[in-house]
Amino acid sequence: MFMHIDTTPLLPDSLSYLLKLLDRFSTSNKSLTGTLYLTATHLLFIDAHQKETWILHHHIASVEKLALTTSGCPLVIQCKNFRTVHFIVPRERDCHDIYNSLLQLSKQAKYEDLYAFSYNPKQNDAERLRGWELIDLAEEYKRMGVPNSNWQLSDANRDYKICETYPRELYVPRIASKPIIVGSSKFRSKGRFPVLSYYHQSKEAAICRCSQPLSGFSARCLEDEHLLQAISKANPANRYMYVMDTRPRLNAMANRAAGKGYENEDNYSNIRFQFVGIENIHVMRSINGTKGLSVNDFYSGLESSGWLRHIKAVMDAAIFLAKAIEAESASVLVHCSDGWDRTSQVCSLGSLLLDPYYRTIRGFMVLIEKDWISFGHKFSERCGHLDGDPKEVSPVFTQFLECVWHLTEQFPQAFEFNEAFLLQIHEHIHSCQFGNFIGNCQKEREELKLKEKTYSLWPFLLDDQKKYLNPLYGSQSQKSAVLEPNTVSFNFKFWRNMYHQFDRTLHPRQSVFNIIMNMNEQNKQLEKDIKDLESQIKQRKNKQTDGILSKELLNSVRPESPALKATLSLKEQALLPVNDVLRTIEGSSPADNRYSEYADEFSKAEPAVVSLEYGVARMTC
Amino acid sequence: MEFAELIKTPRVDNVVLHRPFYPPVEGTLCLTGHHLILSSRQDNTEELWLLHSNIDAIDKRFVGPLGTIIIKCKDFRIIQLDIPGMEECLNIASSIEALSTLDSITLMYPFFYRPMFEVIEDGWHSFLPEQEFELYSSAISEWRLSYVNKEFAVCPSYPPAVIVPKAVDDEALRKVATFRHGGRFPVLSYYHKKNGMVIMRSGQPLTGTNGRRCKEDEKLINATLRAGKRGYIIDTRPLNVAQQARAKGGGFEQEAHYPQWRRIHKSIERYHILQESLIKLVESCNDQTQNMDRWLSKLEASNWLTHIKEILTTACLAAQCLDREGASILVHGTEGTDSTLQVTSLAQIILEPRSRTIRGFEALIEREWLQAGHPFQQRCAQSAYCNSKQKWEAPVFLLFLDCVWQILRQFPCSFEFNENFLIMLFEHAYASQFGTFLGNNESERCKLKLQQKTMSLWSWVNRPSELSKFTNPLFEANNLVIWPSVAPQSLQLWEGIFLRWNRSSKYLDEAYEEMVNIIEYNKELQAKVNLLRRQLAELETEDGVQESP
Repeated sequence: MFMHIDTTPLLPDSLSYLLKLLDRFSTSNKSLTGTLYLTATHLLFIDAHQKETWILHHHIASVEKLALTTSGCPLVIQCKNFRTVHFIVPRERDCHDIYNSLLQLSKQAKYEDLYAFSYNPKQNDAERLRGWELIDLAEEYKRMGVPNSNWQLSDANRDYKICETYPRELYVPRIASKPIIVGSSKFRSKGRFPVLSYYHQSKEAAICRCSQPLSGFSARCLEDEHLLQAISKANPANRYMYVMDTRPRLNAMANRAAGKGYENEDNYSNIRFQFVGIENIHVMRSINGTKGLSVNDFYSGLESSGWLRHIKAVMDAAIFLAKAIEAESASVLVHCSDGWDRTSQVCSLGSLLLDPYYRTIRGFMVLIEKDWISFGHKFSERCGHLDGDPKEVSPVFTQFLECVWHLTEQFPQAFEFNEAFLLQIHEHIHSCQFGNFIGNCQKEREELKLKEKTYSLWPFLLDDQKKYLNPLYGSQSQKSAVLEPNTVSFNFKFWRNMYHQFDRTLHPRQSVFNIIMNMNEQNKQLEKDIKDLESQIKQRKNKQTDGILSKELLNSVRPESPALKATLSLKEQALLPVNDVLRTIEGSSPADNRYSEYADEFSKAEPAVVSLEYGVARMTC
Repeated sequence: MEFAELIKTPRVDNVVLHRPFYPPVEGTLCLTGHHLILSSRQDNTEELWLLHSNIDAIDKRFVGPLGTIIIKCKDFRIIQLDIPGMEECLNIASSIEALSTLDSITLMYPFFYRPMFEVIEDGWHSFLPEQEFELYSSAISEWRLSYVNKEFAVCPSYPPAVIVPKAVDDEALRKVATFRHGGRFPVLSYYHKKNGMVIMRSGQPLTGTNGRRCKEDEKLINATLRAGKRGYIIDTRPLNVAQQARAKGGGFEQEAHYPQWRRIHKSIERYHILQESLIKLVESCNDQTQNMDRWLSKLEASNWLTHIKEILTTACLAAQCLDREGASILVHGTEGTDSTLQVTSLAQIILEPRSRTIRGFEALIEREWLQAGHPFQQRCAQSAYCNSKQKWEAPVFLLFLDCVWQILRQFPCSFEFNENFLIMLFEHAYASQFGTFLGNNESERCKLKLQQKTMSLWSWVNRPSELSKFTNPLFEANNLVIWPSVAPQSLQLWEGIFLRWNRSSKYLDEAYEEMVNIIEYNKELQAKVNLLRRQLAELETEDGVQESP
């Protein structure tokens, strides 16, 4: 968890209660007695061993008061980062107070009350600004190779006049004139007309994105048709282009009745229209609700949630997109309804498959900035940053991260970053600690003056880069290749480290990944040590030969050696613990494990013999 | 009988071999007494050598004159052979069918196999009961090695030498044997050095409906208890099954007769239920077309992971009784040759660091599976593709290996061996050139003269060149008890076995290699740093010597 103790002042009337923390999966299943503090930004629990548990108010998804028990009033807090904590407050009135306070604190009414506006990592203005400039999209388009003879920067949306949810800078085909753009934007939902998302330099093909056309049953728009034609003409390699509607066909047809819909192939020349069938945000939201899968019917629960089915659908769509570009050099236009959820998923994932740059730490940041933040994925609404319409909340971005995770599983050497990087990003889309994910589009972010009032997440992640490096990254074959993932169903697995990231006992007790990561670090240090030692030996040898010639010289060297030895032995010591720490066995106590299942069986078989306590088998004889 | 009689067509040219993730290979197909060989007669392409005993089932198909034989192997691999000519194809198919279902064990390949390697250590003598007992003997004063079963007369499925309480003489053992299923009287399975508690195993007591008792049996197991201590009896069957067993003469220990023991019933499945589970699991793993939902529901419906969870949970319980409660336990089911062995051997993996080393694990297999009389010949006769469902076929040993893999995955640094070692054991249990897994117990192995007539698997495995393939580069000896998680989120499908032939593991293999490289490089660097430090220190002392005068 990300915490900043020094910047979170305790409220003058900070509530403190003596509590029992019953973290369902925590180390021992035993309850911990401690004190709960509520600060302006965090909930803090300090147990008897002075171990601190910090929970950001923004991370709280729901607070639930359970029926009163003999030991007190249970309070269950579910977090957006899939942590669940279970408190028992001795006095019901206190519990009620905490409950009400948390409800208030976890749902802010205005942006200005979000943590990012008060968070101060002790940086000056210049540093902060540099942080915001770290990821520069203009630079990114230059990297892709635009503007060029076929694509140019359009100033049509310079003042957000054509489309409020698009960024100011948009790349369009050079032959698409401003009237065509304006005309097309009127024919598209929310004015989101087709623009460039990714340009594949060697194939000269483009990924474009937009929202659904307002075609209804028969309406057409010549400017829109022209714009699509301009996109296909901008690709000299293949004049056919694909139009991917990422919705299920039925949904798209239903939209026609509302005057929206999809492109009629007869009206557009040279397009191939394709549905790929990803469900909408409402379907995804309902899934997230069932995430608290029960232990006994894990797989049927996972199946009925349909979560992995949706992950596979997104992945399949991205593969279709990447293939169209890689194999056919065809440009692809992607849209869904509004073009900010499924479209963002498919465009970004497709680019990630095609372009190894997006599989680096910095490249991944650029990808998120481009396809998600700048193109108006409604982070604040989808993550429920503010107390708003619960129907707008949906784990669309989480799905994207999970797709990327699945790719890292299939291609362990293709990504510069590791799982921790994905988890940390997920943590911060909800934390509201940094300004990046606040607001729903660029215009809104400018109005909020986020760049002046808040900090950017990316420089902090880059500073910590070491933690997020994949030690296995770098095999040439995977590093530079276009990824062709296999989407046979058995390749889709439950992402335990995301959905149970706080349930320590469920994870392997020894992490191969961490060991390799540390070993890699250690290797670098060892290489340096070898160099040092070699130069010292060389020095000393030289001195010895010199020494025969002049003894004074040797004497002057002498004082050095104790110090040298000291540093050496220090290094030796510093090296040793690495392995010790790594190889600590956390599971060496059975209490760490949830054998409650068999403890249950225990008591079922002969109730008189065995009693169940704290979920750990305890036998009384 | 001559194999030539069974081989109707020994050789066919222009046969095309199809395997998933490999380009088709065209070549000559040859049938020998024990192998199916396909050779392209080109230097760069590998040949296919398939043991007939590895073939589980075959399908034939004809399109015009082209025949196709689909061979389904016991290691779950499926290959396809396109054979020109209907007659050749039919001949080949029936030959394979005959050769892969030979009745007589003495016709099996191990009796014909001549090793091409030099035997450094004869595996038949690597894990003698006496040596194993020696390892304990310093700590054990209350136990002794008994040869009561020397002629296999007392218990046909036990080895000649077993470890029993010192206080019980051979005469009493004979009496106890009549009271236990298959004569399997309680014997020592594991001695926990930390606190002197033990795991014993046996067959079910033959109490019958009238509640028969056997004083010697009570005395035997009570002899393992310290004064005032209680023990636990883990019955791997649910209570109702154990009760039903009484009608057939079996049963369980009555509280009244065993007041110092507490009985716990678990439910580990047996026989055809396990076999069907395996069949369902392999079927769904082979179905590449199904959508996401069907995959998950089929995976769950196979119940394979549920069996894993049951077995692991019971093993954890046994280990917990020993290590945490400081109590001795007796484990049995019905015969005491299947679920009992799963529990006792897994408990040792959890408790005993030695059993997580390569040699220790081999000793465990030898002791707890081979010597203990797990009927390998019966259980591993057929695998997931077979239609003739025999009652005695069951993937009991595979389930055990899967459980070990689950623990290995949770404690990747605590095992000296890697996943490949477990896969190798699985393969050899079902089809092998070695005699180790032939027969159902020591008595049968003796009669077959396996030691004289066949080669032991361990003779081959324990050669340094082979061992290197099975060694875990991450291994760091860990003397602690390792408690695995048994939550469903922690248990995973063993892809190395079940998806082995259904996916390309190229990228994963490359990543593994890279990992090994990093570890090797680390060792190299450490060695170099140490060397340089020594050099530097020497130079410094030399300097000191030079300076002192």
